[in-house]
Amino acid sequence: MNKLYESYIKTDSLPTLFCPGCGNGIVQIAAARAIESLGCRRETACVSGIGCSSWIPCYYKLDVMHTLHGRALAFATGLKLASPDKNIIVFTGDGDCLAIGGNHFLHACARNIDITVVMVNNYIYGMTGGQKSPTTPLKAVTKTSPFGSVDKPMDGCALAMTLGASYVARWTTAHPVQLEKAIAQGVKHKGFSFIEVLSQCPVQAGSNIHGTKDAATILEKYRTGTYLWKPSMAMTGSPEAAEAEILEAQGKTKIGLFKNDEEIEEYIAKVEDKLADKGIERPEMEK
Amino acid sequence: MEASNPKDTGQNPPEKENIKIVLQGNEACAKGALHAGCRFFAGYPITPSTEIIEMLSEEMLLAGGAFIQMEDEIASACAIIGARWGGKKAMTATSGPGYTLMQEAIGYAAVTETPIVIVNIQRGGPSTGQPTMSSQHDIYQARYGSHGDYQIVVLAPSSVQEMYDFTVRAFELSERFRTPVILLGDEIIGHMREKISVSSGPIEIAPAKIVSAASPQKDFFMGANSMVEGQLHDEYGRRIGHLAQKSGDFLQRLDRKILDNIDEITSIDTFCMDDADVAIVAYGSVARPSMNAIKLARGIKDDRISTKFKIVRDVITKGVPKTLRTDYSHLKVGLIKINTVWPFPEEQLVRLAANVDIVIVPEMNVGKYCREVERVLCGKRVVSMPKSGGDIHTPGEILDRIVEETGLKQEVGDRE
Amino acid sequence: MAIITVDKTCCKGCDICFSICPKKLFVPSKTRNSYGTNLPEARNQEDCILCGMCERLCPDGAINVIRSEDTKTGGEEKHED
Repeated sequence: MNKLYESYIKTDSLPTLFCPGCGNGIVQIAAARAIESLGCRRETACVSGIGCSSWIPCYYKLDVMHTLHGRALAFATGLKLASPDKNIIVFTGDGDCLAIGGNHFLHACARNIDITVVMVNNYIYGMTGGQKSPTTPLKAVTKTSPFGSVDKPMDGCALAMTLGASYVARWTTAHPVQLEKAIAQGVKHKGFSFIEVLSQCPVQAGSNIHGTKDAATILEKYRTGTYLWKPSMAMTGSPEAAEAEILEAQGKTKIGLFKNDEEIEEYIAKVEDKLADKGIERPEMEK
Repeated sequence: MEASNPKDTGQNPPEKENIKIVLQGNEACAKGALHAGCRFFAGYPITPSTEIIEMLSEEMLLAGGAFIQMEDEIASACAIIGARWGGKKAMTATSGPGYTLMQEAIGYAAVTETPIVIVNIQRGGPSTGQPTMSSQHDIYQARYGSHGDYQIVVLAPSSVQEMYDFTVRAFELSERFRTPVILLGDEIIGHMREKISVSSGPIEIAPAKIVSAASPQKDFFMGANSMVEGQLHDEYGRRIGHLAQKSGDFLQRLDRKILDNIDEITSIDTFCMDDADVAIVAYGSVARPSMNAIKLARGIKDDRISTKFKIVRDVITKGVPKTLRTDYSHLKVGLIKINTVWPFPEEQLVRLAANVDIVIVPEMNVGKYCREVERVLCGKRVVSMPKSGGDIHTPGEILDRIVEETGLKQEVGDRE
Repeated sequence: MAIITVDKTCCKGCDICFSICPKKLFVPSKTRNSYGTNLPEARNQEDCILCGMCERLCPDGAINVIRSEDTKTGGEEKHED
């Protein structure tokens, strides 16, 4: 067994309930490595909702809260406010975060509260057996879109940036090194960090969405079907912007670090500053 | 209920030096929470509970705690559970529609054994219902609102003093038994102002840091690697939802945790029950007119009614002219006021009502709690006295109903 | 040079390691893992370049790579992008 895996995972709970080839395990290892690299294991707690990806932290030897479908961010908000000096990492899925938990997601982004969210996007409801999710591509056939999905897929990163999240990145399970770095950066970042991970669900999303049930092939598609986003691509008229346009037209998905703004004030800091402005001194929070 | 009333069971009032103060029911609840050591409040404004979130938006921060207005009631209930695992005593307050939204989190708190306090200042329902009117519609929802089998503790205050005392008690019970506790007030109590006695300082309530003796789970960041799991789980938080025998045992333990301690949890006040033939079983605001009905019948003078609050007396007697013409002094009526409506105090009620023939259950709903009373007092004549629409029963109405049921009407002529 | 092990109780036989190893060291073996599928085995371990991708991309933490000269830091190496 991998040594780091062994030190972070409750080995008596193995095997994990992830199917063979599932991307959740890759995210699990990347996040464990990120926590290890920061050396903040004792100061870190994980919160998750419901769905396959929400099982990721349940195997960690950490304080973990496996909560209700869609509500992970609400629980995490309470936990963070009660322990403001600790790191809270939320593991959630595309359905958990953008569908049933959409409202909580909007408001957590807008508050810019210091929580790190890892949204594992597998384009499908995997745990219930392959139904359409908010990120399912147009025309994709799933168990609940037998004639092809008619809903425009949602872009969690764009949504997070619009609403005021101060750290936003997207990587895939085929980019484990960058993913680990992004999670570490997100945890260190003071503010709401949103990291989307494009992940493979070979069993439920395999044939209908990726055209293959082989995990390694889907990983290869993530390598070739994505392009690295650069800030210059946002400047209209620049050669990079033109290049991005071509890549998008080829159906490639942009990945990379989209936003890292240290200037946006974090929610708890905002409250503290407001009280300080008013000259209010208050007792220390007792533990 | 006045402090002079004899108490059969229930908690002692706080022993600290107390201060007399005029407060609104909702404010008393907020104050009680702060005194009980609540240091986290998450909420969403909803009539008629809004004064609680308004007051705590300021006072919670001044007390060194955390306050947040969440995006909805679902998030509010979830946030307080998160905060409790972060080591802070936590509360939220809402009313009907918001309480409905909180049900999934209440189930989660029950299964994860999280001590939280949820205040429901009842309004009329269903749906948006009657935002500004009072009711006791949610008496069953408070017990059975979330899906699945679970036990829950529900306290029903009937005065501003009790809004304060029961809020403190709610925190005590939630920490003691690691369970969600519901404070089931209503619009009348929430918006009423009374002079009450409050503690001059914090009331010590030991936070329960471990889930149970058998479990190594602790609050977060204490190095216990706690696993808080909404699925049925073992003492380490490992899921057992797929194992029938273990799941059954787990559910039994949750049940027994409350039911085996029902004597400690239960609080019932009685009034004039020593010689009573007829008992009024009431909870929440309806206990007030019930009490006054008994005072009218037994000729117990109430200074508050006769001198200072003449208008109140007029309201009480208005529309019930019979009150003035009928002599009720032959009626031996007593009151059983149930403070902890759930878990249902079966044995206590049987004991207290042993010598009465007729039991009247006035309620501001279609007659829900009465069914529980009927179930345990099956040999007696249990009369439901429902009232819907938002108006509370008048003492005269209650007395007339008793006369009707007993058939002991004594006209004494026109006393005017 | 490295010592590469594949844990048969963890491995679920997803075969990701076969293709992601730049040196293609992993091959199916005759051994069955606890899942009942073929357990990969790392051949020609002296060719390993210690990139660590197999450790990072094995979804079940089955693969462990130990630098043979320093067994204490096993699995803890830092990798460049």
